[in-house]
Amino acid sequence: MALLLKGAVETGFIYALVALALYLSFRVLDIADLTTDGSFVLGSAVSAVLASAGHPVLGLLGGFLAGCLAGLVTAFLHTRMKVQAILAGIITMTGLYTVNLWVMGGRADLQLLRVDTVFTKMQKLAGPLAAKLIVTGIAAGGMALLLGLFLKTQLGLSLRATGDNRDMVSASSVDPALTITVGLSLANGLTALSGAVLAQYQMASSVSLGTGVVVIGLASLIIGEVLVGRGGVARGVLGAVLGAVVYRILMVIALKNSPSPSNMKLISALIVAVAISWPAAAQWLKLKKRQKAAKGGREKC
Amino acid sequence: MLKLEGVAKSFQAGTVNEKHALQGVDLHLAPGDFACVVGSNGAGKSTLFGAIAGSFVPDSGRVVLDGEDITFTPEHRRSRKIGRLFQDPLKGTAPHMTIEENMALAYLRASQGRHLFGGIRAKDRAFFKERLAQLGLGLEDRMGQQVGLLSGGQRQALTLLMATLVTPKLLLLDEHTAALDPATADKILELTQKIVAENGITCLAITHNLKSSLEMGNRTLMMDRGRIVLDVQGKERAAMTMDDLLARFHENAGRALDNDRILLSK
Repeated sequence: MALLLKGAVETGFIYALVALALYLSFRVLDIADLTTDGSFVLGSAVSAVLASAGHPVLGLLGGFLAGCLAGLVTAFLHTRMKVQAILAGIITMTGLYTVNLWVMGGRADLQLLRVDTVFTKMQKLAGPLAAKLIVTGIAAGGMALLLGLFLKTQLGLSLRATGDNRDMVSASSVDPALTITVGLSLANGLTALSGAVLAQYQMASSVSLGTGVVVIGLASLIIGEVLVGRGGVARGVLGAVLGAVVYRILMVIALKNSPSPSNMKLISALIVAVAISWPAAAQWLKLKKRQKAAKGGREKC
Repeated sequence: MLKLEGVAKSFQAGTVNEKHALQGVDLHLAPGDFACVVGSNGAGKSTLFGAIAGSFVPDSGRVVLDGEDITFTPEHRRSRKIGRLFQDPLKGTAPHMTIEENMALAYLRASQGRHLFGGIRAKDRAFFKERLAQLGLGLEDRMGQQVGLLSGGQRQALTLLMATLVTPKLLLLDEHTAALDPATADKILELTQKIVAENGITCLAITHNLKSSLEMGNRTLMMDRGRIVLDVQGKERAAMTMDDLLARFHENAGRALDNDRILLSK
């Protein structure tokens, strides 16, 4: 169980990057960016290919940049060509499926056998037990910190205002097309970095890796919000990381009590559905309670 | 300071719903002018503001600000020189950002060439605090609070401060007190006049109040069906009553003013 939990924390840290990306696109910019599923695989593909060629660190960097490019395409379609944000993301994601196959040399799966990864590099420094936790922890913590700092800069403030009050932004000297482009690029860069780290973590990449990543990321984000509350950048990034880790731990517990691993998708879907519908359900319950109380207190007249 | 030459704009051109919102508007505002614009609904007041602020490119005509032709300049570039306030007090500020962050955003206007990745510096913070204190609303002690927690009046006061944080070449006020309760509206109006006077800002204000259109600023403009039908200032304006204004409107526009809100405010 301890080993399982350690694994859950590690993968949680990896998926925390997706949660951070969605915090940026979904919460800060208020855009549901479906590029996510595609850019996640893109990152893993680029990372796997470069690691196979002997450049694991370059693989992470390349994955991040490839993701930024994918985000750039979505942003271009949305801001310049006026395609609805959600459709722009779907278009990019669909196109990326083919691109991802190309990157992996036409194969649907790519195994990394006896290949040097960032994890094997760290193992030489920190030993086999802590290596994975250190690398994934640095990735999640470092990116959370960088994102938090970025959102406090002038550019970051403009980005937040774009999602918070579009009217205000167009009346102040900020170009919303620019802030959306920067935001979507960074978000998809982060998502791709998550895929890139995951590819080296599990020593494999696959085109089907991305299915549902956006839903999992959103669920993590919302779990985080339930845990630490909403409001403020620090809380937002902390919630994203914490939510992603808690999500993976819940997953391990759920799987341990389940007879077959193939139940995983349904369990994920249930966790996601409950997590996302939580605020609405809570409100409904509150309303029902008030209605009941009001009925009980009816006066005679 | 501001010059409009034959600015025209039609909406839904070529359809049965075609609307000539602006029909060749000429306007010249001298530096320091404070002009109030009155007119019925659909007279083209807000469209005029849109043309000046850059919400759209006019079908014909030119917009010149401070000697520079800005007819084709995008809105976000113009806003470095033009401050704008809307009727809706929620439109001008970002609710989930703090007072300080909102002000820093407005301060971007002045930070051309400043580092995009720079944060809010202690010097900026002191400057924001000093300016907030001038509002007399105690907001200077709440700089870390989210703007969404403020009242409509406080938000409009903050918007006003943000629009003038770096003195704009032109300030556009689109009925910016109309959604506030009377006491707050008076307070905001007083603040507006104080800030405009102190900085000598050229200002264009839409109002539905005939009385204040004669009292506020130094010029009164009346619009009807996409045209400026009356433009008075100086001694002529000083001698005018509200009834004179309505009579002159009738004379020039060829019909009586038919806006209940304006007439009721008499």
